[in-house]
Amino acid sequence: MRLGAWAETAVITAAALVSSLALFGVFVALRGLSPVQVYLTLFQGAFGTRFSLEHTLTQAAPLMLTALCTALPARAGLLVIGGEGALVIGGVVTVLVGVSLAGAPPVLAIAAMCAAGALGGGLWIGAAGALRHWRGVNETISTLLLNYIAIALMNHLVTGPIRDFAQVLKPASWSVGESLMIGVLPGTSIHWGLAFGVAACLVTWVLMRHTTFGFGVDILGGNARAARMVGLPIGAMILATTMLGGAAAGLAGAVEVIAVHGFASASLAVGYGYTGILVAFLARQNPLAVVAVAVLLGGISASGGLLQRRFGLPDAATLVLQGLLFVAVLAANTLAGRFRIFRPRTV
Amino acid sequence: MELGGWGVLIAVLGGAARVSVPYLFVSLGETLTERSGRVNLGLEGTLVLGAMSGYGVAYLSGSPWLGVLVAGSAGALLGLVHGLVCSLPRVNDVAVGIALFLLGTGLAFYLGKPFIQPTAPRLPHLELGAWSASPAVRAALEINALFIAGALLAPLLAWALFNTRWGLVLRTAGDNADAARALGYSVSAIRTASTTAGGFLAGVGGSFLSLYYPGTWNEGLSSGQGLMAIALVIFARWHPVHCFWVSLLFGGATALGPALQSIGITGHYYLLNAAPYVLTLILLILSSSPRQVLVGAPSELTISR
Repeated sequence: MRLGAWAETAVITAAALVSSLALFGVFVALRGLSPVQVYLTLFQGAFGTRFSLEHTLTQAAPLMLTALCTALPARAGLLVIGGEGALVIGGVVTVLVGVSLAGAPPVLAIAAMCAAGALGGGLWIGAAGALRHWRGVNETISTLLLNYIAIALMNHLVTGPIRDFAQVLKPASWSVGESLMIGVLPGTSIHWGLAFGVAACLVTWVLMRHTTFGFGVDILGGNARAARMVGLPIGAMILATTMLGGAAAGLAGAVEVIAVHGFASASLAVGYGYTGILVAFLARQNPLAVVAVAVLLGGISASGGLLQRRFGLPDAATLVLQGLLFVAVLAANTLAGRFRIFRPRTV
Repeated sequence: MELGGWGVLIAVLGGAARVSVPYLFVSLGETLTERSGRVNLGLEGTLVLGAMSGYGVAYLSGSPWLGVLVAGSAGALLGLVHGLVCSLPRVNDVAVGIALFLLGTGLAFYLGKPFIQPTAPRLPHLELGAWSASPAVRAALEINALFIAGALLAPLLAWALFNTRWGLVLRTAGDNADAARALGYSVSAIRTASTTAGGFLAGVGGSFLSLYYPGTWNEGLSSGQGLMAIALVIFARWHPVHCFWVSLLFGGATALGPALQSIGITGHYYLLNAAPYVLTLILLILSSSPRQVLVGAPSELTISR
């Protein structure tokens, strides 16, 4: 393929990045700060030191998984934005399974916890896919509502039925215990979740790029009527993509539990699901590009603290930058196919 | 005086009139936008930005009504951005909405940091319950000026949509863009104008949150009311007067949790707070159809196809 198509995507995305960075530059300049200084600091906070790079990669791990929750169904033409809810559900299920498996061999228990987290998230978003196919319920709105329902459900559980009263600072669930936590990658402070994220993106890429299923999903996403005419199993594909996407986000929740917190609490719902939507769009739903974009956005999030300390910028500054990026990337869609030089020459 | 179960009922009814206002304004705005053939999913961000800017301006100027105006203008600005970006070819309006949801929330949190502490003047209300000795009844019958404005606006908008030339043009753009073009109207201009107007109303709805109920600015102020209002439009079948009734229903559902809490039923606090989301989802499932396009849905709408 399609070197031209790759180059076009890269150029358009870069144009969107540059224009949103310029806009954000104006934004901080209005506050009397030097945009150059802010960007240097942002880079330093994201990738400048070993510590910040490790922090960035740790932030990127869940973003890769939640991005798949939007990117996979998007290949089939669905706009799912329920990654946050699927992550929370995945985390809660992981805790429940982990606590009930106390005493089991750690390797088995951890595998079961990850599988349960993925299953929980998969069923959660899969339900929205099923409602879409059989009832015509708009999946964007239903998955958004499911986010709020998931968070309420988690809050209910961690303040009552599964509350650990030893945790006094904030309501949190029982802990899965030190033996069921996964450690860090050798020689770093990055937890194993990064490997989970990269692996999931690779598997998804192979699935979409090298299987008949992936090819069929792309047909469905490109033209639903054509897919129906060639007799593709549309319902099964919608269910499969939503469930797999939800499973990825559920796995993100499992990873947050077994690698970071050890329990479920409100700190699961810190916006990875929403940033994941942006990652998916920036990566244009391409699983390989998701890895790179997740690192980029993980870096922006990771540098928020340094921006706050050095310039007194509110922590929401990175949220503003992300929003500007998002709008610019979507607006840049209009440029796709406009440049003749990227087209293959036809006879 | 103990009111018991009646207290819950009164609190739910009073709460409905209070809590419904943001739903009402957002859904009226979104009805306008969707009738013209576009969807703006960013109204949650608009609501939050409206709440912040309204509160900030009311605090700095001392005038809550100036705050309402600025909140509406901030919302209109976000709506204008949505309208203009979506006018570009090959740009998906649902996705742009999500982007503006993020941007609006980010801007509100960023600019609103200094306003978390101070207290701004509140919007005025009518004391319809002054005759009663019961504080619960009095609180329930506090009717805010914006509620009255919204209640009057709903039939007015319905009349304008269905009986004026302006309304006909707007609906033509939403039902058949080619027909609108054939009549010599610019479909993009109509949709951009409707999205801007819709953003204005959503911004006003946001100012109610910070200037009346709950009445202060903080980052957890809106818990998805803007998003629920968008689902509410589907249930209201894109009709402004139905928006009014459905908003009251949603307001009541939202008020149920706090009402039960006030008589000592404190268990399942979070589950009760989830009631409006569950209600929205159930209504969405019931009112959707796998086969035909929904009755009343503008046929150019990306979200109902």
